[in-house]
Amino acid sequence: MSDAVYASGLRKSFRGQTAVDGLDLKVRKGELVALLGPNGAGKTTTIRLLSTLIEPDGGTALVCGYDVVRSAREVRRRISVTGQFAALDEGLTGLENLILFARLHGQSRREARVTAERLLQTFGLADAASRSVSGYSGGMRRRLDIAVAMITRPELIFLDEPTTGLDPQSRLEVWEAVRSLLREGTAVLLTTQYLEEADRLADRIAVMEQGKIVACGTPRELKDSVGGKTLTVRMAERNIRTQVDRLLYERLGLAARWDDDGLRLAIPVREAAAAAAVIHTLVSNDMLPEHFSLNEPSLDEVLLRLTGPLRKEAAE
Amino acid sequence: MNAVSVFVWRTFRHIRSNLFGLAIDAAVSPVLLLLIFTLLLGGAIAGSVHAYIRHLLPGILVLTVLPMTVYTGTTLCTDIAKGVYDRFRTMPFWQPAAVAGAIIADSFRYLVALPVVLAAGMALGFRPENGLPGAALACLYAALLAFAASWIFAAIGIVVKQPETVSGSSMMIIYPLLFASNVLVDTATMPRWLGRLIELNPVSIAASTVRVLMHGTAGGTDIAAGIGLILLILAVFIPLTFRLYRRRNRNR
Repeated sequence: MSDAVYASGLRKSFRGQTAVDGLDLKVRKGELVALLGPNGAGKTTTIRLLSTLIEPDGGTALVCGYDVVRSAREVRRRISVTGQFAALDEGLTGLENLILFARLHGQSRREARVTAERLLQTFGLADAASRSVSGYSGGMRRRLDIAVAMITRPELIFLDEPTTGLDPQSRLEVWEAVRSLLREGTAVLLTTQYLEEADRLADRIAVMEQGKIVACGTPRELKDSVGGKTLTVRMAERNIRTQVDRLLYERLGLAARWDDDGLRLAIPVREAAAAAAVIHTLVSNDMLPEHFSLNEPSLDEVLLRLTGPLRKEAAE
Repeated sequence: MNAVSVFVWRTFRHIRSNLFGLAIDAAVSPVLLLLIFTLLLGGAIAGSVHAYIRHLLPGILVLTVLPMTVYTGTTLCTDIAKGVYDRFRTMPFWQPAAVAGAIIADSFRYLVALPVVLAAGMALGFRPENGLPGAALACLYAALLAFAASWIFAAIGIVVKQPETVSGSSMMIIYPLLFASNVLVDTATMPRWLGRLIELNPVSIAASTVRVLMHGTAGGTDIAAGIGLILLILAVFIPLTFRLYRRRNRNR
């Protein structure tokens, strides 16, 4: 079985401006990969290259095992694309839009109607079926857009910023729609600027900057790559800061960061066992914590570290 | 070919969802123009309403359908601007169907408009001297001309960025051509050199063809020029429009 996407050294520039600069990417069957990155990182260009809308200047890309340049038609049979803006016919109703695209996929009138009604049901649009799309809300358009993309039960679906500009409720609806794609076994490559979205939906996240993938892995791996966890402790009494510091340093070789209130301290630790050792040491020396918690690094930190000013600082 | 019929269906749905627009384009505005020109100018230009309408009505048929030829261009431009075009592009069907289907279905508008305006003319005293077959041929010619012209605006619709630009450009192209033609005034009343020039205007050629078919006045060369005009437009713009459509967005 071939991968849904296999891209190697893919590049594309527009009038001398490099948009995609030697991109390597893999999406396995039935997997959801999120392309995460700031505006202008080349996410949309990547989608356009992989979905045969534009031709690469160099490198290779196989989609469902077919070359996007030489076998564009074979690729098109197996994919669906939803762009940044819902690509719907505003002059038609929801039902008519689905029938239009189903028929363009070669379905007969009757098949198209059955497909359309099934998808309206799946994506919670049955009540709005005979209303003109021009009167749909942003979330409804997006869901109809994804429904259109599901007409052929594609092997791979591209979602370009599916929730950009949506209110929180609509965003949840779209996420639910994306999860129902995965249940049908479709691989998904989605682009997003939202960490939360990538964290919640993606099997793997590919962080993109300046036309390249700068990091790729499961949300877990990315968080681990940035460093360990943070143990936060609140002591039961004040004025023991010096004793605590000495104890932690001498016994465990750790340095704590204190809050101004002299009660709370944060200690970077590599793993949970190290955190347990800290608590144990404190308790067995009669320095009682009132409360403690072990925190994961957020994906925000990951992204900032990988793409933002922090990385530039580190390089200097 | 299946894809073409789907796009025909789609365009008919558009027409159905905007019947009011069709009524304005196909009936209200051309009939209003017809009334204004005949009643207000008829006496001044040709001495009487009856004498003027004999010359005017065939030209008014051309004037009715030409502004309606922008629909396909506007639809194509909207598809491209909204991203529907990108979706079509990633689907496995014969791509020019999107253009061909829309143009074919939009021709329905001309077939509605022409009999309405002809009937209004007859109510004002117009009589086709070639009888019913002549009038039918004349309408058919006007419809074919509009069909050909809609390929020009389809090409413009693909190239420009905003749908409004399509109708704007049509106003800029069609109206000067209409007024600088023999639609409203017989070239015989003009200075000789100006008359010659006006007769070279494609709209004049088309209007003369409609007039000849309608009235049966001798004019084999007029008909040949009229048919040649349509064939020329089609020969240039069908391949050009398809090519532009396929290549659009390759490098965006």
